[in-house]
Amino acid sequence: MLKYLLKRTSEFLITLFGITTISFFIIHLAPGKPTDILSELNPKITPEAREKLEKYYGLDKPIPVQYLMWLKRVIKLDFGESFSTDRRPVWDKIKERLPITIGINLLSMLLIFAIGIPIGISSATRQYSTYDKVTTVIVFIGYAMPGFWLALLLMLLFGVQLQWLPISGIKSMNYETLSFFGKVVDIGKHLILPVFVAAFGSLAGISRYMRSSMLEVIRQDYIVTARAKGLPESVVIYKHALRNALLPVITLLGLSVPGLIGGSVIFEQIFSIPGMGQLFWLSVMQRDYPVVMGLLTIGGVLTLIGNMLADICYAIADPRIRRQ
Amino acid sequence: MGILWQRLRHNTLAIVGGVLVILLFLVAIFAPLLAPYEPDYIDRHHILEPPSRLHPLGTDDLGRDVLSRMLYGARVSLAVGFVAVGIATVIGVIIGAVAGYYGGLVDRILMRFVDIMLSIPTLFLILSVIAFVGANIWNIMIIIGLTSWMGVARLVRAEFLSLKEREFVLAARALGASDLRIIFRHMLPNSLAPVIVNAVLMVASAVLLESSLSFLGLGVQPPQPSWGNILTAGKANIEIAWWLSLFPGLAILITVLSYNLLGEGLRDALDPRLWERK
Repeated sequence: MLKYLLKRTSEFLITLFGITTISFFIIHLAPGKPTDILSELNPKITPEAREKLEKYYGLDKPIPVQYLMWLKRVIKLDFGESFSTDRRPVWDKIKERLPITIGINLLSMLLIFAIGIPIGISSATRQYSTYDKVTTVIVFIGYAMPGFWLALLLMLLFGVQLQWLPISGIKSMNYETLSFFGKVVDIGKHLILPVFVAAFGSLAGISRYMRSSMLEVIRQDYIVTARAKGLPESVVIYKHALRNALLPVITLLGLSVPGLIGGSVIFEQIFSIPGMGQLFWLSVMQRDYPVVMGLLTIGGVLTLIGNMLADICYAIADPRIRRQ
Repeated sequence: MGILWQRLRHNTLAIVGGVLVILLFLVAIFAPLLAPYEPDYIDRHHILEPPSRLHPLGTDDLGRDVLSRMLYGARVSLAVGFVAVGIATVIGVIIGAVAGYYGGLVDRILMRFVDIMLSIPTLFLILSVIAFVGANIWNIMIIIGLTSWMGVARLVRAEFLSLKEREFVLAARALGASDLRIIFRHMLPNSLAPVIVNAVLMVASAVLLESSLSFLGLGVQPPQPSWGNILTAGKANIEIAWWLSLFPGLAILITVLSYNLLGEGLRDALDPRLWERK
């Protein structure tokens, strides 16, 4: 297990290095110096701010030196200062928004697990039944559904028509006056739609994958043996088959992390949620480069951590991996 | 081809997908003939009006005809889908072929690069590049292409790894064919089927991505109509104009669904393991 972890950690570091490299080169995508387009497109930038930026990126130095300088800062989570009027350090701006985005993504992962896996199992055990066919159709539509459109439709239905749920922010105006229980209910009401929308994209994929994985497993000999022993069907499915069928799904869940984090830009923008996705959108709109670069790097790191966790879960669930 | 058609013919869903894709092409090509108004024509007396005889799908916040804008929007979606997927497929095939054919260190380095690209949230990557180069339809097509080739690369690599040891490739090598000739004349044609299936499915996700970007205001820029940016107006007027939110989204859904159905159908038709069932 230790050897496995070491191997994974070294891969993690190499990938991390790669992500920072790509981020660095994106800054140099634009023709000329990053500060040139900056002053063209954003006349509000003062010469002093421009100088600061040139100094931060070491633009007077050769590119390899610039790169090392950038890397050294990034390791210390120093992404420089935001271009926006508040001039706050980039990391501070990201830090305060991180918990919201991570929280929503964790909740949606939970939802994906809680809904996607049972749907997958039940449609596998009832292959070709009406239920299976209906879920297949729904999954296909789910694949094709643009997340932001689903969000709009849900807002129309639950927010505008029925007026059951709030459609923006994560707290009501009177949040501070509520009791503890009231606060929980208030945040919960605000989060239902965003969490559902965030989960929706992966929900279809996971349930589909769970179905085919389960179908493959229940044709194995050991399942026949378990049935032949006279074990009840629920034990066969949930104890013997499920464990093996879950393995590929864990990997897939890890792979869905970048989609979830990327998707946060969309649902946070739609529901006006003050998370890092919204910050990303704002920064791209305002061409606040230091914040964009910081968020790009952090987004990559979060994905890597998600993948690592998925790998570790996989290793825990599958002894064959550990012993390799 | 004949065999492919025979297998595809029995797959009703795939045929429906294929027909819808063809319809979409026709709509995009003949948009100027089909559209009742110019897409930019502003009717100041009919602002934010629900669907009526005059404007079958209603009007937007500037009094433009939603149906006409959507018909022209089909062109955007089609163009983005094909150009972006074309770019991604070319890059993916080259990287995958080189990695699979040469193997060893080259393979390890290229595949690590693929992993790195995959671990950056695509939307973050695309938006960061847009922040630097600006948003317009050309940039969007290129950027989507440059950030979605990784799947193709993995696919082609896997195909090449298994083809590399086959007799016809060994024979070509024994006859002294150059690496380039072996890759392009002998191996690539044999791995084309999954690449094509993958390309059809990729068009679906490129269309989705473009519409999301345009919706965020970071894709196709108004006044050029795209399904995504009509929905931006839909969101702004969500409490008064449901038609602005409903119809363009439906168009995206149907388009993406058709490409997916066609792609899945082709995959089943090309998969020899599934042949015996029918």
